Amino acid sequence: MSSRSRGTALLGLAGLGGLLLVIELLPRLGLVDDAYLPPTSEIAAALADELGTAAFWQAVGDTLTGWAIGLLIAVAAGVVVGIVVGAVPVLRAATASTIEFLRPIPSVALIPLAVLLYGTDLGSVLLLVVYASFWQVLVQVLYGVADVDPIADETARSFRFSGWARVRHVLWPTALPYVFTGIRLAASVALVLAVTAELVIGAPGLGKLIAVAQTSGAVPDMYALIAVTGLLGVAINLAARVFERRSLSWHQSVRGEVPA
Amino acid sequence: MLEVQGLRKVYSSGGREVEALRDLTFTVENGDLVCLVGPSGCGKTTLLRCIAGLLQQTGGTVTLDGHQVSGPPPGLAMVFQEYGRSLFPWMSVRDNVSLPLKQKRVPRQRRDELVDKALAAVGLAGTESAYPWQLSGGMQQRVAIARAVAYEPSTLLMDEPFAAVDAQTRADLEDLVRSLWQRLNVTVLFITHDIDEAVYLGRRVIMLSSSPTVVQDEITVDLPAERDQLHTRADPRFTELRTHVYEQIQKAKRLSR
Repeated sequence: MSSRSRGTALLGLAGLGGLLLVIELLPRLGLVDDAYLPPTSEIAAALADELGTAAFWQAVGDTLTGWAIGLLIAVAAGVVVGIVVGAVPVLRAATASTIEFLRPIPSVALIPLAVLLYGTDLGSVLLLVVYASFWQVLVQVLYGVADVDPIADETARSFRFSGWARVRHVLWPTALPYVFTGIRLAASVALVLAVTAELVIGAPGLGKLIAVAQTSGAVPDMYALIAVTGLLGVAINLAARVFERRSLSWHQSVRGEVPA
Repeated sequence: MLEVQGLRKVYSSGGREVEALRDLTFTVENGDLVCLVGPSGCGKTTLLRCIAGLLQQTGGTVTLDGHQVSGPPPGLAMVFQEYGRSLFPWMSVRDNVSLPLKQKRVPRQRRDELVDKALAAVGLAGTESAYPWQLSGGMQQRVAIARAVAYEPSTLLMDEPFAAVDAQTRADLEDLVRSLWQRLNVTVLFITHDIDEAVYLGRRVIMLSSSPTVVQDEITVDLPAERDQLHTRADPRFTELRTHVYEQIQKAKRLSR
C-alpha cells in the first residue's frame, strides 16, 4: 500500500470514528432526546445482545436468502434477455421504449401487487428484489453488447465462427465487465429491496426485526439492526469488487496501462 | 484461383448513395502474391471485405476456387490492419491462434502442432502464454499473421497490415510475408497504400483508381524472387517499377478531380 492510500484509509477510519463519537455525544450532552437517538455505547451493547440470539441469526439468514435468490434470478434473466435483445437489432429497437417505461417504476410501487400474490412469503420479497435488480443488469448487458468491436466480430466471422461461438468468444467476454458492473449495482439494490419488503410487508428477516424493535420501543436494538443492514451492504459491495477484479485480470480497467 | 468479375458496391444510407466500387475485374492465380495499391479512400478495404464475404456487393461476382463467395469462404484467412482490435485481449497468444482451429474442428493434437509451427514461423516461439496487449505492436501483428497461417488457408487476405507499425518493424514484417508465401504455397492478396511496399512484395501489382474505383493498371514485377530490403530497393528496375506505379496513381488522382 502506498503512503497516500494508507493516508486515505486512515482518514476514512477517522471520519467513521468521528461519526460514532458525535452519536455518543449528542444524547449525552442533551442535544437530542436519547429516546430517539441512544448513544453509540448503548447501540453497541444492544448489538452485542442481538448477536447472541438465535432470532437475529435467523433473520440475517432470511434476508440473505431473499437477497441471494432474487439477485440470482435477476442476473440470470438480465444476462439472457440482454444478450438476446442486444444481439438482435430489431428486438433492441422494438423494446427500447418499453424498457425505458418499465425501468423507472419504483419496485416499492409493486408492494400491493406482491402482497396480493404472495402475502408475507418469500415470494413477495423475491418479486420486489428481482424487479429492481433485473433492470440494473439488463441495462448494463445492453451497453456491453453494443460495445462489441466490429473488427473483433469481423475477425470471428472471417474464420467462420458459428453464431454461438461468436456469442461465446466475442460478445460474452466484451460484455463481461459490464455484466460485473450490473451485478455489483444489482447486489446493492437487491439488499435495499429485501429489507424494504421485510419492513413494509412483514416478511421474515432483518427488516421485520427492525419494525418489531421500533413498535416495541427497543430503540437501541433498532439502531443496532439498522447498522447491521449497513454492514451487510458494505460487505456485499466489497465482495463484488474482489470477485470482479479476479475475473477480469485481462481487462483494461483492471490490468492498468501497458506501454505499447 | 480468385476471380473478381465486374464487382460493384454502392453504400446507401438515408436516401444518399455513394458508389465506392464501380467496376472491378481481375484474377489472382493460385500461389500468386498480388498487391493492390491505390490512393487513400479508393475503397481498398471495401473490396477486401467483399472478397472475404464480410460485405455483400451490389453487383458482380467474386469466385474463389470455383465457388461464388456469398459469406466468408472456407480456406480463406484475413489479417486486419487493426491488430489490437482483431486479437482477443481476453485470451493468451496461444488461445488466440488456436481458437479458429478449434472452430474448424481440428483435433487437439494437430491443433497444438499447427499453433507451435505457426508461432515459430513468425518468430514468436516462447510467447504462447502472454496476452496480446503485453506485446509490442509489431509482435501483435505477428500473432495475427500466425493465427492466419495456422489456419492453413489457401488464400490469405491482408488489409494494410503494416500501416500502423514503425518503419523498421515494417521492413521485417514484409520479409516475413515474402518468406511465408514462398514456403507455404499460399495465394496472397495484399492491400497497401504504400507504393514501395507493393513493388517490393508483389509478383504482380494492381493499381486502383480513386473512388468510384476501377482497375487503373496492372504490372508484373520482374524482380528476382529472392528479395532483400537493401539490394532490391536499390535495384534500378525496382526504381523504374515504382516510378511507373507512382505515375499511374497520380494519374488516377488527377482523373478523379
